[in-house]
Amino acid sequence: MDIFLQQIVNGVTLGSIYALVALGYTMVYGIIGLINFAHGEVVMIGALTAFSVITGLLGADTGLPVGLVVAIGLVAAIAVCSVLAFSIEKVAYRPLRRASRLAPLITAIGMSIVLQNVAMMIWGRNYLRFPELFGTERYVVGGASITSLQIAIVLLAAGVMALLLVMVHKTRLGTAMRATAQNPEVAGLMGININTAISVAFVVGAALAAVAGLMVMTYYEVAYYHMGFILGLKAFTAAVLGGIGNLAGAMLGGLLLGVIEALGAGYIGDLTFGVLGSHYQDVFAFFVLITVLIFRPSGLLGERVGDRA
Amino acid sequence: MTLLELAGLEVAYGGIKAVKGIDLAVEKGELVCLIGANGAGKTTTLKAICGMVPTHGGAVRYQDRDITGTPSYRLVERGLAMVPEGRGIFRQLTVAENLAMGAFVRNDREAVRHDLEVIFELFPRLAERRSQPGGTLSGGEQQMLAIGRAMMSRPKLLLLDEPSMGLAPLLVQKIFETVRKISAEGVTILLIEQNARLALEIANRAYVMETGTITLSGPAAELLADPKVREAYLGEMA
Repeated sequence: MDIFLQQIVNGVTLGSIYALVALGYTMVYGIIGLINFAHGEVVMIGALTAFSVITGLLGADTGLPVGLVVAIGLVAAIAVCSVLAFSIEKVAYRPLRRASRLAPLITAIGMSIVLQNVAMMIWGRNYLRFPELFGTERYVVGGASITSLQIAIVLLAAGVMALLLVMVHKTRLGTAMRATAQNPEVAGLMGININTAISVAFVVGAALAAVAGLMVMTYYEVAYYHMGFILGLKAFTAAVLGGIGNLAGAMLGGLLLGVIEALGAGYIGDLTFGVLGSHYQDVFAFFVLITVLIFRPSGLLGERVGDRA
Repeated sequence: MTLLELAGLEVAYGGIKAVKGIDLAVEKGELVCLIGANGAGKTTTLKAICGMVPTHGGAVRYQDRDITGTPSYRLVERGLAMVPEGRGIFRQLTVAENLAMGAFVRNDREAVRHDLEVIFELFPRLAERRSQPGGTLSGGEQQMLAIGRAMMSRPKLLLLDEPSMGLAPLLVQKIFETVRKISAEGVTILLIEQNARLALEIANRAYVMETGTITLSGPAAELLADPKVREAYLGEMA
């Protein structure tokens, strides 16, 4: 088996999940300049909601086909995450719109802790095993094995991202959101309700987070109350890598980070003569983050150097 | 019929009064200009009309309704459009997208398409550059885009903040011709200008603002002949 090719396959899979989450960070940053550190927790809530709905429906013996059950779980997760993100913005961030930049940032961290604890009360402290729902087909391509689940994740992520790009670049609402991000005061003069545009950014980001939550849970077959923390940090790294505030950057950053991480995990054992193992995988994301912040803080596709906290 | 009326309008920034209780009226169909030196409070007045800054006293009435403090996004659908200071182009949106944002509140797609053609006829340069990002346009083109964008909402009242700012004299002429043309089509205009001569030449009536108060007002032709105005704003010896 070809390790290099195999890690590329794994990296692209993971990277498309990072990309979906990174888009949520970047959209919110683009429109209000806030790093929404609670976004990873929205992914977690999405995963756990889907977990409850899917395992509940399967356990109730409804006779529904598995694909439909998963679809219902996904819709439920999207609905819950959208309402959640809408409320978070309205309750926690909107009152601080005119405050110093540090205040909403700290609030976001606080919100993240609150959500983790709420999730712990609802779903408990244990790792919840998510059953393997689909018989997994394996295809061998050029020495690497690709599962049908990996293909499904990448295709679904690509489809969702294409949909997002169409929405942001081709619709009136999307143009209004870009206008608000560029100049909120003038956007108001055009008749755009800025609060609505901001809410839409949060809700769309949350919907993507729900999709990512279901994906990551299905991929690793596990869900738990603090699963959003590291995932959120990595997606944030991906957004910074691509250039925060830039949609294409978030997608590119996500994919790159996934591949860097997978290759790093695949080769770290050989490179350190067996001293460090693949469980050091998480190190690479933060190594990337620090490198980007030192050498190219505006990211790969970003234009402005971030002067906003 | 009075379209816009300011009654004792006051605006303050952190305790300092920028606008100290001014009265101003714009009749339907008029082209009124508000002239004055830098820092006189002209832009603040305009922002207060549009709900972009909070007021501290007095009232703004538009179409016989009190709109004091109404957020700007609700005013466009009532026919009040503004070309902001510095043009406020969405720099990363294309020219066509900028114009489309001007028509954001409208749902009559056919008429919007027609109006877009009208704007492109008025400003052929914008038609040539319709798929270019707004930020790549020259200052004059951006001003045309800002005016065109405001016109896309089919305003009844158009507020213009320093449309000549930073433009070469030839372009200033062109912009003022356009303003006159828009006025001739029946759009009521309140124009803020530092270029007092040009403004007074095309306006029906004018107000002179100094450090937050209106010091003079009357028919534009009269102010143009007023020795005090000539000395202070037209650069002539009395």
